[in-house]
Amino acid sequence: MNIDEIQENIIQSFDEIEDWMDKYQLLIDMGNSLSPLDEQYKKPQHLIEGCQSRVWIHASYKEGKVYFEAESDTVIVKGLVYLLLKIFSGRTPDEILKADLYFIERIGLKEHLSPTRANGFTAMLKQMRNYALAFKLS
Amino acid sequence: MPAATFVEKNTKAMESKFDVASVRKQFPILEQKVYGQPLVYLDNAATTQKPRSVVKRIEDAYFGQNANVHRAVHLLSQQATEAHEAARVEVQHFINAAESDEIIFTRGTTESINLVAFSFGEAFCREGDEILISSMEHHSNIVPWQMLCERKKMHLKVIPIDDNGCLLFDEYAKLLSPKVKLLAITHVSNVLGVENPLRQMIELAHSQGIPVLVDGAQAVAHMSVDVQALDADFYAFSSHKIFGPTGVGVLYAKRNLLEQMPPYQGGGEMIDQVHFEKTTYNKIPFKFEAGTPDFIGTAALAEALRFVEEIGLDKIAEHEKQLLDYALEKLNQVKGFQLIGKIPDRHAIVPFLLKGIHSYDVGLLLDKLGIAVRTGSHCAQPLLERLGMDTCVRASFAFYNTTEDIDRLQAALNRIGNMFN
Repeated sequence: MNIDEIQENIIQSFDEIEDWMDKYQLLIDMGNSLSPLDEQYKKPQHLIEGCQSRVWIHASYKEGKVYFEAESDTVIVKGLVYLLLKIFSGRTPDEILKADLYFIERIGLKEHLSPTRANGFTAMLKQMRNYALAFKLS
Repeated sequence: MPAATFVEKNTKAMESKFDVASVRKQFPILEQKVYGQPLVYLDNAATTQKPRSVVKRIEDAYFGQNANVHRAVHLLSQQATEAHEAARVEVQHFINAAESDEIIFTRGTTESINLVAFSFGEAFCREGDEILISSMEHHSNIVPWQMLCERKKMHLKVIPIDDNGCLLFDEYAKLLSPKVKLLAITHVSNVLGVENPLRQMIELAHSQGIPVLVDGAQAVAHMSVDVQALDADFYAFSSHKIFGPTGVGVLYAKRNLLEQMPPYQGGGEMIDQVHFEKTTYNKIPFKFEAGTPDFIGTAALAEALRFVEEIGLDKIAEHEKQLLDYALEKLNQVKGFQLIGKIPDRHAIVPFLLKGIHSYDVGLLLDKLGIAVRTGSHCAQPLLERLGMDTCVRASFAFYNTTEDIDRLQAALNRIGNMFN
């Protein structure tokens, strides 16, 4: 599946749910299913500090593809991280750099992209693209 | 009698004395729904909602009375000036200042404190001197003093607190010395709701000739404040935290101090005579009010103070105390609820954690259930660090909150707790 197909899948699974709390329940379940980040990567150099929550992210590059591992201290942000990894991990740098991430808005979670939310999510997205660019140029 | 029945009875008694339903009608914002749920607004320590009379005052002023103050001879300007100066008298009476010249209008508590940090600092502070604050201060009562200390090569000293967040009075007494030029202390903590023993603290500071600035941002809407009885030298608060408009603040200061302090900012209003060789300054309070003041905001603040006075701060304090007791009883029944700090005299603020759930997640889900609270470090990072946490959830009340609001909060927290299991 390409990036847009995965996005469509995500949108569909959230669209099937009407109640806001149930949408968040799905996000929480996704967050809980995210594999914990190896302790060696929970270091300041991998940390994206938000005002209220933190995200750690680690990237590696193998055979032309970028692999991400990440974690957050809040379960809801972990749910968002889960979705981002599903979309981006294992992609080429070009796929990541060209991707238009419309799913967040479509599933009604745009508020998480606002800088005032200060949850580190926007910064994480930027960081993932930076990794992709760095690997592309390396 | 079972506790629930006891609470119910008391609740009914409380609401018959204080008609919260009719008070709420004055706050149209409280009638709205968010995410399909009736709004429960429990973020009053951040800002309060505005009654109709305050918004009407703003509209009336812009549509009928708008002209710059203290300048023109025309009627509109005279009316605007009268309203602005009447607001100063209203504030004077509200906090029982000795004279209206001791009331300076600013943009908020933060600017009031910055004004003192600059002007008092220029007049009275030298290299090696000390400023004393406490561990529970809002960043607004920390950073201006750090800046002063950097500018003048001074030292910032911090009064410690115990594990519950209460100030350690003996430690405070030990920190007082001839080097201390000012004590800057909050009246009520914006995170914990704990009230500091200001009278004793000020008395002790004064016995050593040290003036005291009080950050009253979290106090004025919840209790009757008498600056003369407290004998505070400076008292700062914000209009928006007492049902008035945003962008207006108050600095009360004793006349003898204000007269010795240089102006904070230069410009119109604050001058007496301007010549390129030398400018002389206006008398107080105008010396500290450079530029056109927010004269419509001050008039609306006066309206907010009248609104509060009409209800009566005693009644407000009583209602909020009963809300707080009800909240603590109800919330303690929530699985995993951890109240922060065991505090005897808490004011209208409930800071808490839900065990095992990040406060960001709690706040976000409460929002989806129509409940507005604050999460995060509450602009008091050193305090949270001292208490051993990064963030917490804060529910804060005003007189328009009801026991139903608390029932909704309790039910919502129960529901959220179940989502994470």
